[in-house]
Amino acid sequence: MPLAGAGLALVNSGLGRCRSAAHVMLASLCVVGVSALVYVAVGFSWQGAMDRPGHSILIGAKPWNWIAAQPFFLRGLPLDLSTDSLVVLLQIFSVGLAAIVPLSAGSDRWKLGAACASSAMLASWTYPLFAHWVWGGGWLAELGRNSGLGRGFVDGGGASTIQVVGGLTALSVTWVLGPRHGKFSSDGIPAAIPGHNAILVLAGCFAAWIGWISLNSAGAILFAGVTTEKLVLIAINTTLCAIASGLTATLITRFRFRRPDASLVANGWIGGLVASSAAAAFLQPPVAILVGAVAGALILGAIDLMETRLSIDDPGGAVSVHAVGGILGLLAVCVSGVNQSGQLLAQLAGVSTLLGFVLPLTYGLNWLLDRIDPQRVIEEGERQGMDLYELGAGAYPEFVVHSEEFSQRWS
Amino acid sequence: MKIAGFLLLAAGWVIVTAALFLLNASAPRATFALAGIALQVLGLILAVRAHRVMESERD
Repeated sequence: MPLAGAGLALVNSGLGRCRSAAHVMLASLCVVGVSALVYVAVGFSWQGAMDRPGHSILIGAKPWNWIAAQPFFLRGLPLDLSTDSLVVLLQIFSVGLAAIVPLSAGSDRWKLGAACASSAMLASWTYPLFAHWVWGGGWLAELGRNSGLGRGFVDGGGASTIQVVGGLTALSVTWVLGPRHGKFSSDGIPAAIPGHNAILVLAGCFAAWIGWISLNSAGAILFAGVTTEKLVLIAINTTLCAIASGLTATLITRFRFRRPDASLVANGWIGGLVASSAAAAFLQPPVAILVGAVAGALILGAIDLMETRLSIDDPGGAVSVHAVGGILGLLAVCVSGVNQSGQLLAQLAGVSTLLGFVLPLTYGLNWLLDRIDPQRVIEEGERQGMDLYELGAGAYPEFVVHSEEFSQRWS
Repeated sequence: MKIAGFLLLAAGWVIVTAALFLLNASAPRATFALAGIALQVLGLILAVRAHRVMESERD
């Protein structure tokens, strides 16, 4: 599973500018560390696990579990091979993955300390609360039993808890930080700021692919009641979804720009992995291909819309890939084997909670952090690059431009 | 305007959850839930438009 995080970090680094490349990688390590520590300290206390103590309120004579009641620092939890201990291990990786997602949106202008503080907020409140509702026996998971809505809100691999929560946090971060200097002209026309290293980006896609198979498998077994016999199906569906999405992005960019665009194809690939997360254990392989193809087209459309129409500067496409792709994956549950009466309404209730609770909460927390200490680096730092300004050295110190190589030798 | 957008997002969510918690018949429950989601879409559009206005003022 850590390979999923490593893959995302490589993609984020490659899609940013070369003068902030080391900063993105270091920030990825730091936010994973901070989020894991905070999650172990307090996050798991709010999230809990299925069949562990929680606080409920009675509405309509039915109990609605809204927050867990666990001691801080995992006290009293048997850390052996029990299901609960495996849940904690998976959650430490998952919260780190969710914390890496917004780094892409804040690339080239988000201070390291601010990114860590934002991750601490994510790991202490936003992630655990929502994950409790979905994975910890909370009210969304109980919609089937309490309201007769199918199996309740289903998310096997973290399409909502990890991807959409991370994507909406990325949207909040872009709103709080504002666009990079020079990204939009005074009349709102975007300038192309290409990623600096397509090799990093595409290598990240391979790493993420491996990590995602583990993520979807572990999540489905621990949270969706899937048996180990389905592991092969999960791996096949995850792969098919990513392939279909990546190839759709390749075809679209080929016809639109006359040649495939590596960064958009990478976005399509990762978006396919994201879209597979919720239902990889339940889809038939042809349906997984269809979901992937739709994800590839939808994500490219969303990236275009955000940049050209909505003035959202998201260098790595995190909002489109993780939020839009994740929501598509959640709705894909309704065309899978778990589709029962009311399942669509249960999935829509989860999406509504993400938009109506998680987005305002994560925006409010990031806005508050920005009020306490501005999250955006000063203009001079942005001009120098985050590597030089915050780390004191560039990622590629031996990069020099050999002017003679480009001069006309016969002149 | 951005605050109004977030308020609509939250209000839509409250309508959806109230419908699921309090209504038993499937038709009114689905109708209220869809109305809540429609309200959220309006809220999202408002929040995005507010962001664009803020950016143009910043420039």
